Amino acid sequence: MFDPLRDILLGYGNTGLTVWVLLKILAIAVPVIITVAMFVYWERKVIGWMHARMGPNQIGPLGLLQAFADVFKLLFKEVLRPDAANKTMFFLAPLIALVPALAAWAVVPFDAGVVLSNLNVGLLFLLAMTSMGVYGIILAGWASNSRYAMLGAMRAAAQTVSYEIAMGFALVSVLILSGSLNLSEIVLAQKGSKGLLDWFWLPLLPMFVIYFVSGVAETNRAPFDVAEGESEIVAGFHVEYSGSAFAIFFLAEYANMILIAFLASVLFLGGWLSPFPESWGFLGAPGWWWTFAKAFFFSFFYLWFRASFPRYRYDQIMRLGWKVFIPITIVWVAVAACMKYFGWVTIGA
Amino acid sequence: MTFELVCFYVFAAVAAAAALAVISVRNPVVAALSLVLTFFSMACVWLLADAEFLAVALVLVYVGAVMVLFLFVVMMLDIELVPLRETASRFLPIGVAVAAVMLVEMLMLIGVRSLKVEPIADPAATAGLSNIEWLARSLFTDYLLPFEVAALILTVGLIAAVPLTLRHRVGVKKQNPSRQVQVRREDRLRIIKMAAETKQGESP
Repeated sequence: MFDPLRDILLGYGNTGLTVWVLLKILAIAVPVIITVAMFVYWERKVIGWMHARMGPNQIGPLGLLQAFADVFKLLFKEVLRPDAANKTMFFLAPLIALVPALAAWAVVPFDAGVVLSNLNVGLLFLLAMTSMGVYGIILAGWASNSRYAMLGAMRAAAQTVSYEIAMGFALVSVLILSGSLNLSEIVLAQKGSKGLLDWFWLPLLPMFVIYFVSGVAETNRAPFDVAEGESEIVAGFHVEYSGSAFAIFFLAEYANMILIAFLASVLFLGGWLSPFPESWGFLGAPGWWWTFAKAFFFSFFYLWFRASFPRYRYDQIMRLGWKVFIPITIVWVAVAACMKYFGWVTIGA
Repeated sequence: MTFELVCFYVFAAVAAAAALAVISVRNPVVAALSLVLTFFSMACVWLLADAEFLAVALVLVYVGAVMVLFLFVVMMLDIELVPLRETASRFLPIGVAVAAVMLVEMLMLIGVRSLKVEPIADPAATAGLSNIEWLARSLFTDYLLPFEVAALILTVGLIAAVPLTLRHRVGVKKQNPSRQVQVRREDRLRIIKMAAETKQGESP
């Protein structure tokens, strides 16, 4: 569909290539940002229903324009800076949080061949990017020169570093089975005649659960949102931020959440593959809609968790990460290696 | 000048400038962040040299984990800036001596190599594999023993660090989560049946 445009642009040599890549980046980044806005609306709506209330319903039909009203409100608000804050770092922090959150989308495959950068080290790149997001939080906490912000930043840093290990091991088991770090090849390795029983969630069931729970902890979301636990430390690391600076933090957090949801679908639920046998026609055909449907399912989990579970205590979070998840993942990495070595699972079609 | 060469010079310049900033800025947090920038620019330089695995591993391990802990510690410390300056000037001769020895060693290494070794072709490209696949194959077949020994040393170091820093403080009240979750209702709550207390002649 876009091939003629690509050919025209590539005809201009390096400049055309740059423009083409920039267009592709925009084609991913802009929908991500709009999705974040709509996801916030969806979150408020779902949590409203779970609390037996309406949720936003005043602005636009069904309250659909509420998200944009919020965005414009934030953008037009004054950006305040505490007097004692470190000026450069204070404004650098939201950007450092946002850049890795958006950069990670470069390697997410939405359909066969529909990926911005088909990187051979895609999985490692993702881990690197998600682990860099914590700098924005730490810097925000430190530069704000406020005790609440500092406490929130410390909690966020410790939590992210702890859960990264469990998450990393979960990914290691995926790459042991698939034999590749390339996300598209990981999806293709889950292809098979048995449909959804061929996907990695089944042989790696404990890792699948640990991956998603670690993802929730890594993005500092409920029930692991002690980094901003408003009952203890007001709003944590972003307590001193207002207006568009706060909006950027918000955007980074939600972009990361949706990213984790997409990754869960790509790594464990076969990405764009259909759960049904091929003979079912449209339902059995692979396509981008499956990736999006699975990602939507997982992003719904975030809302469900948030409305259902009380917040974990800080020491319980650390205990869960270090004493429960990491031992399980180490054992299951060995199990996954045995599965691969003895051929207990079929890889690829 | 090709685009890649321009990129190389930009990343190398940023890396060098950031490395200078690490040792020259006053604020320790800014110094730690400059070190992060140094690592990141070096990773970009390695990417240009097609060492994609090394580059991403550098970002993942050093930027993503080690430097976060560094920053963590540096932020908690209340560092007096003036004494830091004095100690810096005291250690300057030793530092210069170490740097000079390292420079000489590097120059010797480069000189000896350029004399003896012919420039070899990229082994990954000749084997027809991607960089990371070739690295994994040679690491886990030809160099399996050194790899395992390195892993063992790291594990020993990890375990040794725990007893070295572990302190058993007496008289501290701690929560034991595994006992907390095992609590049953019967342990905490007792429901007693008792007759309603009513005054004589009144209806309850």
